[in-house]
Order: sequence, then structure tokens, then C-alpha cells
Amino acid sequence: MAVITMREAISQALWEEMERDPKVFILGEEVGVWGGTYAVTKGFLDHFGPERVRDTPISEAAIVGAGVGAALAGMRPVAELMTINFAFVAMDHIVNQAAKLHYMFNGQMKVPLVIRAPGGGGRQLAATHSQTPDAIFAHFPGLKVVAPGTPADAKGLLKAAIRSDDPVLFIENATIYQQRGEVPDGDYTVPIGKSKVQRAGKHVTLVTYSKMVQPSLQAAELLAKENIEVEVVDLRSLRPLDMHPVIESFKKTNRAVIVEEGWESFGVGAEVAARIYQDAFDYVDAPIRRVAQKEVPLPYNRRLEQLALPQMDDIVRAVREVMK
Amino acid sequence: MAKIIEMPKLGFDMAEGTLMNWVKAEGDKVEKGETLAEIETDKATVQVESSESGVVFKHLAAPNATLPVGAPIAVISAPGETVDLDALLGGSTTAEEKEKTEEKAPASPVSEPPVGQTVEPETPAAPGPESGASVKASPLAKALARDRGVNLAAIAGSGPGGRVVKRDVEAALETAKSPAAVSSSAFAPGQDRALPLSKLRAAIGRRMQESKRSIPAFYLTRSIDVRDLVKMRRQMNESREKDAKISLNDFLVRAAALALRQYPNLNASLDGNNILQHGDINIGVAVALEQGLLTVVLRNADRKSVEQIAAESGRLVRAAREGKLRNEDIAGSTFTISNLGMYDIEEFIAIVNPPETAILAVGSALEVPVAVNGSLQVGWRMKATLSADHRVTDGAEAAQFLQALALFLEQPWRLLVA
Repeated sequence: MAVITMREAISQALWEEMERDPKVFILGEEVGVWGGTYAVTKGFLDHFGPERVRDTPISEAAIVGAGVGAALAGMRPVAELMTINFAFVAMDHIVNQAAKLHYMFNGQMKVPLVIRAPGGGGRQLAATHSQTPDAIFAHFPGLKVVAPGTPADAKGLLKAAIRSDDPVLFIENATIYQQRGEVPDGDYTVPIGKSKVQRAGKHVTLVTYSKMVQPSLQAAELLAKENIEVEVVDLRSLRPLDMHPVIESFKKTNRAVIVEEGWESFGVGAEVAARIYQDAFDYVDAPIRRVAQKEVPLPYNRRLEQLALPQMDDIVRAVREVMK
Repeated sequence: MAKIIEMPKLGFDMAEGTLMNWVKAEGDKVEKGETLAEIETDKATVQVESSESGVVFKHLAAPNATLPVGAPIAVISAPGETVDLDALLGGSTTAEEKEKTEEKAPASPVSEPPVGQTVEPETPAAPGPESGASVKASPLAKALARDRGVNLAAIAGSGPGGRVVKRDVEAALETAKSPAAVSSSAFAPGQDRALPLSKLRAAIGRRMQESKRSIPAFYLTRSIDVRDLVKMRRQMNESREKDAKISLNDFLVRAAALALRQYPNLNASLDGNNILQHGDINIGVAVALEQGLLTVVLRNADRKSVEQIAAESGRLVRAAREGKLRNEDIAGSTFTISNLGMYDIEEFIAIVNPPETAILAVGSALEVPVAVNGSLQVGWRMKATLSADHRVTDGAEAAQFLQALALFLEQPWRLLVA
């Protein structure tokens, strides 16, 4: 197993899939000559040529719309949005076209489109460029939403997304591109819609995904010294949402904390908590707590920004609270 | 239409019962047949099933209250139904209470909250301080308490705001276990320990004392050749799963029931100047528990196969150990069998379990030397002692009953064809 960064994992997945299947191509702003805003597609243009690595005008609606059209015509496009904050201007193409066509035309056509979009706060990009709106997209049936938290899952899930016949929103988190992790050798995929226990424990279930996986694992490490054994479940996909490992874990621990980077209201934590209460009510031994972003537009000021974002300390505090 | 649930009569001689805890809180939906509350009688803690479907409108008894049979304990209403509690309870409130309400009613008809109260089905009843359902407990703690027969109201909660959580229920179960678990070595020299009599222990004492005082019992012992029975049982069990194995006692239950069919006088109760011969043959089987002794009842055992008896007794013994017995599981036996064979007891004498006429005490099936036609052989023998009420039956009849019983056990194919 090689240890590589999240960025390298995503880049490798794209490269290997383009080598494997000539129908796979990339389109987006600055993906070609510049090599991608986060350098994910560096070197792709030279190797695959301008037909398969296409720089587009600055119009997210055009990028996703062209992607939907190409997918309908039999290609396997990977559309890159510079940030997920720009997905809002492509909203109609994502939720009304990509997510609906297969259904509305009674399965006559497929939309094997992948939309890659980095998001997340913490880089002083201010309120409009720092959001974690993952839950919004997970709301729509017809659109798969994945958000990996480790390089191994990122590589395997992106490959699975490209091979999927359904539209997939592949949410990256820009602050963890440099995070390193072990990645299996050779070609592999990680199934979409399967949660994973990243650390076993028996006292409390910590449900999380994407960027918050690492701080959750760190919190678990710290809490182990207080003899609180935390089980960390990584959702990996938000739709389809795999609750099985969460419920199994909860039946053992009877307590849960849900950690996400986005806002708390109507968020991933609300969904997961509701399902636990519904499916494991008789196992509930303490109110489920959520750790999430403060309910404000994210501040530009570095200190305020960090205060508004959920931190490892917040997770530790929440776990101690549910263990009372 | 709102219905009153009353303290049920759970046995011939039950006069009162203690409400242990409510399984359904006020405002909870309840289906007919679902467990509503747990009640401790002289005999055991049993689950009371709701005789109505609807919503628990009100609890009329708090946990630990001891009430006479027939006293109202709860009101079940339709969802959203408006219940006039006074009107409903009018028939069953005591004269004194009635007087009070009559005095109050004209004075302040508006300010009386229970009159014409409305149940709002979507809002669970807010836990009031005096309500039995007001124990603050996590859903898990509630589920655990329900399953293990723990009274939540008696537990101090260690969670936030005094909430009872899993660890509190587990601690309570631990404490409940500990008196029995303490070994004799825990005594300091010269130190005594006083353990309060449990309700069950006290009830056993009372009933046995009453039996010894009022029943002129006589005792007959005979040994039974069980060679063929032991062999048949082994063959029948060869292909069975561990939990489905048939015990010698299951054969005994069937044999006794069939013998009782021939000797109805031993399946009877003395009722004033009458001997009341019972139409049903319900065999009570004594089960030893940590807290004392219970008899579980195999109904109409003469009409059931050995396999049915085995399955049913397995379920009943499990329920007894788990404290999940229902009233019909322990009430209405007409004859009792007490078997101490598994403790290597060769023979013993049991005390008649009133109002029954007789009880059979059974020892181990043993391989023993027996004399056959002047030579010594090895055989299988089991000793059974019948204790019987001389007011109802005599030695000769009881001996004939034992003969009939022995025939079924010595030629066990008879158990299968009768």
C-alpha cells in the first residue's frame, strides 16, 4: 500500500479511468492548461489532449449542462466545478436535468455524469466561497452524493462514480487535499452507499464523513485516555445513505454524536439522528448530540472563522456530554 | 367509550395485588392483549394485559400501591376521547370519595381539571410529579426495566437531571442479585444477617403452614421401573436440538394426567361439604427460582402429547426464570408434581398445595441392583411419593392411582396411544 495525498488519490482515479475508458473526459474551468484550480488535473492535457481535457468558459450552467448532454449521448463526462459554492448557478442542470432525466423518460436514457466539486471552510475565502452545502444536494432523489474522508475512499469512490450509470455529485473538501493516507495498490472501487466503521469502540457512536473524519478519529484517540471508547462511523455517501453500520453500532453503544462541517439545521446530523430514533428507539440511553458549524455566514476573520467551524475540541466536549 | 381496568383476580385465593410498575404510560397507545402493568401477587410478579384497545387515559394507582381485587387501576379511552372521570368512576369510587366529589362539584365546576379532560392523542401525557409514569428514564432504561421486571420508580437516576439510564438499571439488577450471591464466607465470625422475607417467600410460608395445619395428609411411596422409559427418552432425544429435548418430567406430567383421568378424586378440591372434581386436568410443575418456588401450569395435560408438554414446559420455565410469567401461566393447577431428580434426591415428601388434593414428589431415575426371579440384575428405578388429603381420598384409592401412574411409566408406549 502506498501512502499518498487526497489530491493524488483523486488525480490517480481520474487518470486511471481515462486510460481505461475512452468515453471518460474532463471539462471545467482551468482544468487543462492550468492543471486545475487545486492541481488535480496537472499533466492531463499533455497526456490526453484537448479533446478529453476541455477548458470551458466561466459558466457553471454551461459546464453541467454540457456534461448532461454528453452523458445522454453516451459519454462519461467528469465535470469539475471550481467550488461547490458555484453549483448554485448550475442548480437547474443538477437537480432538474441530471437528477430527473432517467426517471422522467422512464429509464430510456441514462446520465452517467460525475460532478466534482470541492467545498468546505477554513481557508479565509469568506462567506460565499466557504460553504459546506452537502445536505442540500443529498435532498434530491435521483442524484447520488458521495463525500469521502480518506485518500483510499476518495480514489475508490471516484472510480465507482465514473463507472456508475447515475449522476454522482462527488464532493471534495479543499482543506484536506494534502491529507495523507494508505491507498490499496492496483485497480479497485469503493461501493457508493456503504458506510464504514473507521474505528471500533463500544461506548459511543460518532457518525461523521468527509473532512470531519480526521478530527473525529483524533477525538476518539484523546477520549480513549479517559476510558471512553468511541466507534467512528464514516458515512462516505450521503445518498444513498447507509444506516446499517450506524444502527448496529448504536445498538451496542446506546449513545451517539453526529459530526458534520455544515450547518446544524436541517443537516446530515438531523437526518441521521431521526433515523436512529426511528429504528433504534428502545436502545437510546441519552439524547443524541450534533456537532456542526455555527449558524452564521462563515466569517472572513481567521479567528472568527475557526470559532464558527466545528473543531476537535467540540467533538470531545459533545462526547463527554452524551456520556454523562 | 372509556373503560376501567381493574385489579385482576389472578388466582383462587388472591385478595389484593401490588402494582409494581406501569409498562404503558399515560397517553400511550395500547392494544388489547398488550402488557399494561406488572403486578405482584402472593405468588409471583405477573404482567397484566389490557382488556381494551385505545389510549391509556389515566393511571388510577401509583407504583407500589396495594389494592384489592376489582379496584380500578386505569382508564383506557379512545384516542382523542373526552372522558368524564367522575361519571365513569361513579360506580366504583368509595362512598366517601363520592361524597367529596359531590360536595365539590357544584362549588367549582370549572376549576376541576379531571372532569371532562380531553386526551390529545398526538401529545404524550406530560409527566406530572405525582403520576406513576413520571419517572424520567431513557428509552433504553425503560425497555430494560420492562424486560427484566425492574421497578423504574424505585431507581435513582444518575443521568442529567436525574434521568434513569442503562447503568442505573444494571446496578439495580446487580443489587437485587447480591443477597443470594453473597457467599457464606462473607460473614464475619459471630455476625448475623437479617434478610427481609420477599413477598414470594412469605406467601410460600403462609400456604405451606396452612396446608400442614388444615390438611390431614398421608404419604405413599413406591418405586417404578423406568428402564423402558429411559430408553425411549434417549431414542426420542437423539434427533432433537438441545433446547427441544424431552425431560423425564415431561413424561411424568403426561402419565400423571392420564392416571388422574382414571382417578378424578385426586384431581379435586374440598369445597365446604362437597368434593369438587375438576373437569380440566391442569398439572402444576414446581420450578425453583432464586427468590423461591413457583408452580407453572400445564393445562389439559391429558389432552396433550409429550412433545407438546415438553415445548410448553420449556417456555414456562424460561418465562419463570426471566420473570415474564403471565397469570394464566401460574394459576389454576389441579394437581402438582415436584421433581428433585436433577439434584440426585432419591425420594422425598412434598406438602400438598392447597386447594389441591394431592402432590407427587419424584426422585432420580437410578441404575440399581434389582432381584428378578431369584437372581440379581441391574435395573432402572425411580421413586415417587404421593401426599394426599385424607378428607378427600383414602390410601387404597391413592395406591391405585400410583399403580395406574406406574403402568404408564413402565410401559411408556401407553403414553403415546392413550
